[in-house]
Amino acid sequence: MDIGSNVTPAPKMKSPTLLRKSHRKIIISYIILTFLSLPLFFMYLWLFLSSISSEMVAGIIPKQITFENWRFLWENVEVGSRQLPSIWLATWNTLLLAGGLTIIEVIISVMAGYALSRMEFPGRTFFLRSVILLHAFPSVALLIAVFYVLDTLGLIDTLWGVMLVKAALQIPMSTYIIKGFFDDVPWDVEWSALIDGCNRIKAWYQVVIPLVKPGIAAISIFSFLAGWSEFLLLYTFIFDDQNITLATYLQKIIGDFQMVDYGLLTAAGLFYMLPVIFFFIFTQKSLMQMNMGGNKRV
Amino acid sequence: MKKWVLPYLMLTPFLLLVLLFFVTPVVITTIMAFTNMDYSMEWNFIGLQNFEKIVSDPNFSQIVFNTFIYVGFTLLINVFFALLLALLSSYYIPFEQSGLFFRALWMLPRITPPVVYVLLWLWIFDASEYGLLNTLTSFFFSNDPIAWLIDHPMTAIILVNGMVGASFGMIIFSSAIQSIPRDLFKAAQVDGASEWSVFKDIILPSIKWPIMFVTVWQLLSLLTSYEYILLLTDGGPVFESEVWPLYSYHKAFKNLEFGYGSALSLILVIIAILLTGVLLKLFKFNRMIQSSRIE
Repeated sequence: MDIGSNVTPAPKMKSPTLLRKSHRKIIISYIILTFLSLPLFFMYLWLFLSSISSEMVAGIIPKQITFENWRFLWENVEVGSRQLPSIWLATWNTLLLAGGLTIIEVIISVMAGYALSRMEFPGRTFFLRSVILLHAFPSVALLIAVFYVLDTLGLIDTLWGVMLVKAALQIPMSTYIIKGFFDDVPWDVEWSALIDGCNRIKAWYQVVIPLVKPGIAAISIFSFLAGWSEFLLLYTFIFDDQNITLATYLQKIIGDFQMVDYGLLTAAGLFYMLPVIFFFIFTQKSLMQMNMGGNKRV
Repeated sequence: MKKWVLPYLMLTPFLLLVLLFFVTPVVITTIMAFTNMDYSMEWNFIGLQNFEKIVSDPNFSQIVFNTFIYVGFTLLINVFFALLLALLSSYYIPFEQSGLFFRALWMLPRITPPVVYVLLWLWIFDASEYGLLNTLTSFFFSNDPIAWLIDHPMTAIILVNGMVGASFGMIIFSSAIQSIPRDLFKAAQVDGASEWSVFKDIILPSIKWPIMFVTVWQLLSLLTSYEYILLLTDGGPVFESEVWPLYSYHKAFKNLEFGYGSALSLILVIIAILLTGVLLKLFKFNRMIQSSRIE
């Protein structure tokens, strides 16, 4: 990269001016960035304020604090003439879905990632290439056929069905990520365990796995959040109120957007977001890294 | 021979899921596209009729037009706005902590569950004077409340999706910018290089590939994603914000015309496969596949 050739000749400037100029640049950048981020800031501020107030002035200033909006925690909410199931049922189902998805995804991708990283077998290059291809493949376009597959398997309208489909959509990416972690484990470590008399499985389980714990933590958080936030698959494949989840619960309250009860909606939305906020604050670093891997929102 | 058994055993669950939910669906979509399957779930082959129906569909031109507008403008936001955010937060603001703060803030739309994120926008676009946009317009211009989602549905879906996608590019561009040695900027500053030439000669060359990558990647996912549109406007009013993949979804799951919906999807799948091919060619993915370290 040749910089010298293209730049304008240096103006004669003393360093204090230079300093002041760069200060001004930083301040302007702060102003622009803050201005751009204002809508975001207000959106999330509103989410919180609206959930604890009964009436708002100018859309965002609370007039009166109330906990009436949080009534869904202790009673079943009615929307129109229809009574929604308990929020705790929805929470339990969401937890089941996210937890189950995490377990399935971690087990499958750790096994596949290790095989792809450390073992030589026919078709290995082909598999690796397809992992990347599958990661890029727009799986939502296949939803109709997936519906048919689930229907044939008798898994329509079950959380299991959604869990398996979601796992299938996610494993190419988590396999690829965990493979990278396995690649970083020095072969010597595993070799010495083998020499000490471990067999391959034991060496993998006792020596290699503990070394990729950060990777496992990262894909666990990622898949838990993905399961927790899932909407489209639940909306498409689940009909029974017994299988309601927080996403579909909220969607049912939004319903007809002409007559929205924002107080109730924001309270329920905030309740739904609690684990996301928790992970966001405490595991920001891994979240940022995960998104580098090209997480696409289906 | 025995050496193969273990790796294949470890790959079996992975392969099973991929077979069930990727390979089989591709095959089924392809076959179903040539049937007129409806709620009775019967395979009646009708040749190319579905594809003739697509071309003569009265909504065809509007949906193609919407798809182009939606994908094009959202992509612009996803790339240029992301670039602006990355430049501001990782080059113009030299303090690690505050740059990180802004980037974290912009990650929020991405990690917020779609239903909650759309709820936030429902408030912004609310048709009564309660909504944020109407509050602002009545305060500054004393306008009457506007039903934004009915009058400007395309603008709405582009903004909503653009803001989610911006964080993806932002993160990738930021890390590319951060990997440029700081000394280069110092040297340029001492030489009195203009802002423009710093951008053109130092920053741009190092983010050229990330920009290409983000563009193709986002193009691929925008072409086939419709979750936020489904939640925000559901393609309405009438077909004003309906895009191709959402139309296929509606045909299949609302009108229960599975055959016709599959035909619509199949075209998307083919475009997606072509684009994936471009992605592979452009970025020489073979380099990403190193050989295994073990014999």
